[in-house]
Amino acid sequence: MKRPILSLAVAVVFGLVLVAGMPVQAKTIKIGVAGPITGPYAKFGEQLTRGANAAAAAINASGGIDGNKIEIIPGDDACDPKQARAVANRMVNEGVYAVAGHFCSSSTIPASEVYDEANILMITPASTNPQVTERGLPAVFRVCGRDDQQGDVAGDYIANVVKAKRVAIIHDKDTYGQGLADATKARLNKTHGIKEVLYEGVTRGDKDFNSLITKMKGLNVDLIYFGGLHTEAGLIVRQAAEQGLKAKFLSGDGIVTDEFPAIAGPATNGVLMTFGADPRAIPEAKSVVKQFRDGGYEPEAYTLYAYTAVQVIAEAIRSTGMSDDGEELGDYIRSHTFSTVMGKKQFDDKGDLKVSDYVVYRWYPEGSSFSYKQIQ
Amino acid sequence: MYILGQQLINGLILGSIYGLIAIGYTMVYGIIGMINFAHGEIYMISAYLFTIFLSLVAIFGIASLPVALLVTLLLTIAFTAVYGFSVERIAYRPLRGSTRLAPLISAIGMSLVLQNYVQLAQGARDQALPPLYHGVFRFGTASEFVQITHIQAIIILVTVVSMAALTWIINRTELGRACRATQQDRTMANLLGINTDRTISLVFVIGASMAAVAGVLITFNFGSFNYFIGFVAGIKAFTAAVLGGIGSLPGAMLGGLILGLSESLFAGLVNTDYKDVFAFALLVSVLVFRPEGLLGKPAVEKI
Repeated sequence: MKRPILSLAVAVVFGLVLVAGMPVQAKTIKIGVAGPITGPYAKFGEQLTRGANAAAAAINASGGIDGNKIEIIPGDDACDPKQARAVANRMVNEGVYAVAGHFCSSSTIPASEVYDEANILMITPASTNPQVTERGLPAVFRVCGRDDQQGDVAGDYIANVVKAKRVAIIHDKDTYGQGLADATKARLNKTHGIKEVLYEGVTRGDKDFNSLITKMKGLNVDLIYFGGLHTEAGLIVRQAAEQGLKAKFLSGDGIVTDEFPAIAGPATNGVLMTFGADPRAIPEAKSVVKQFRDGGYEPEAYTLYAYTAVQVIAEAIRSTGMSDDGEELGDYIRSHTFSTVMGKKQFDDKGDLKVSDYVVYRWYPEGSSFSYKQIQ
Repeated sequence: MYILGQQLINGLILGSIYGLIAIGYTMVYGIIGMINFAHGEIYMISAYLFTIFLSLVAIFGIASLPVALLVTLLLTIAFTAVYGFSVERIAYRPLRGSTRLAPLISAIGMSLVLQNYVQLAQGARDQALPPLYHGVFRFGTASEFVQITHIQAIIILVTVVSMAALTWIINRTELGRACRATQQDRTMANLLGINTDRTISLVFVIGASMAAVAGVLITFNFGSFNYFIGFVAGIKAFTAAVLGGIGSLPGAMLGGLILGLSESLFAGLVNTDYKDVFAFALLVSVLVFRPEGLLGKPAVEKI
């Protein structure tokens, strides 16, 4: 029975030393960063953490938030709604001031309910489903566009530029994918009077889409619109090319990663997608982009969005005098303009950006791989 | 018309893929009456091994694609067989003679271990194999045709041939006789001088080799995989094995074909959203009327 007493004594002494050391040190501001760090969508999680870590490092290097250092608390939801709730609860227990995340809309929505109960600010860099900000939660924001805006751009492009007559709309039955497909469908149906010839859902994780492609061939489809992520999109593009289906392929921001051409192969050439105007081209981003590239990382897709989310969070915490009150931070964010790495950002009452900037990109071969460029 | 023909071919290919993986389930069940849930993971590991060996072979400068593929295939089979052997040795043999549930639980455990091991060792993201070969048979006119790629034709061929070869091994060879004896009465087989442990090990090695063949062909066909494919493929292949009558080799083939064709035709003619619902509803209705599966023998409880 001696041992426990000894270790208790050691613990007490250590504790005293720690406590004695505390007062001189500044506070650490914990900011949660949650997304698919593992799983099939880990590539997006990497963009998220790279962007957030770089922003935190830059803020800390210039003195932190009024002298208080930011500490990033990573959380891995693997784009799984159940895991997202668990991660959110952990973030609350960690005592984070705010969260930059989550990534997939299907994770962001359940997680936001947990943050709302705990009154914690959440800014998602990438969740585009309208429901994220449509539920009247006071401390939920996003620094990306919305699927209804993205769907409008896609629908207009299909009708006005491609002038497609026989459109197939495919989605992956997920909150993001189906939401995006529905938004595009609504635009085509209502504004342009184009009725799609096929509207169907595939299952995430499936590998064989040949029956669906044969069916589209039978329907003489001239454009496939896909709402979903790159794993399924890549296989559909690849198998469509194998079967000789000559239809254009248009998708959303879910395929903005270099893993898409790796799966789709040579058929990637000419694939279209909607995404926000390339943030890397914004003048304010120039030095940050250079830093990323010097560090050997190309800040593609959502990297700079995550950077922006952390910047907005830090600015709001600073201006409210180190508040961790979600509603107070939310009120501040709604009523002020932020200068971020992606330029000036303003938020409306729902928590969406006042200006969104979706454009159409096309994939083209570059060297032995593929790259994408803005075409509209 | 050609659309329907193409859908039948699509179903045939998918069915062969299910059948190829289902062989492993049905063989193991046939001999020790246990469902090897780790079989899907063995298949997943073979997909990784295949890609690793293919890049190694490329580094060693074997440029001819058929030679490279053959070398890779043999290497993959050898290494996957080692996995199959070790899984049996570590997780199932120590439990021989215990309750029926014990090896089932350790099989599920093994499956989780292998999944997480690959996730940690290789990363969780999707791996991709670029399309290396484009050969295709097309029948019909330039605009209206049915087609099957060479690799898909090979998948069907390999499934049929390996099914026939294994049936022959089980029914006609000494190893097959040992297998059947082990299945009927392990104690008696032991008394008669059959090394049942070795026989069971061999069955696992054969099952894993079939998983390796499946892993190579399917990876070559689809070109994308991750640490989780074993689960999805395993569920479907297991369903195929049960549908056809678990323990019966032709049953695995038949079950795979029915499952693949029903999925493809339902997706093609009715609706993609509900193809899995249809396939599993079919399974339920078959099992209601024939609990032992289409070609299975009615189970006799051992007393």
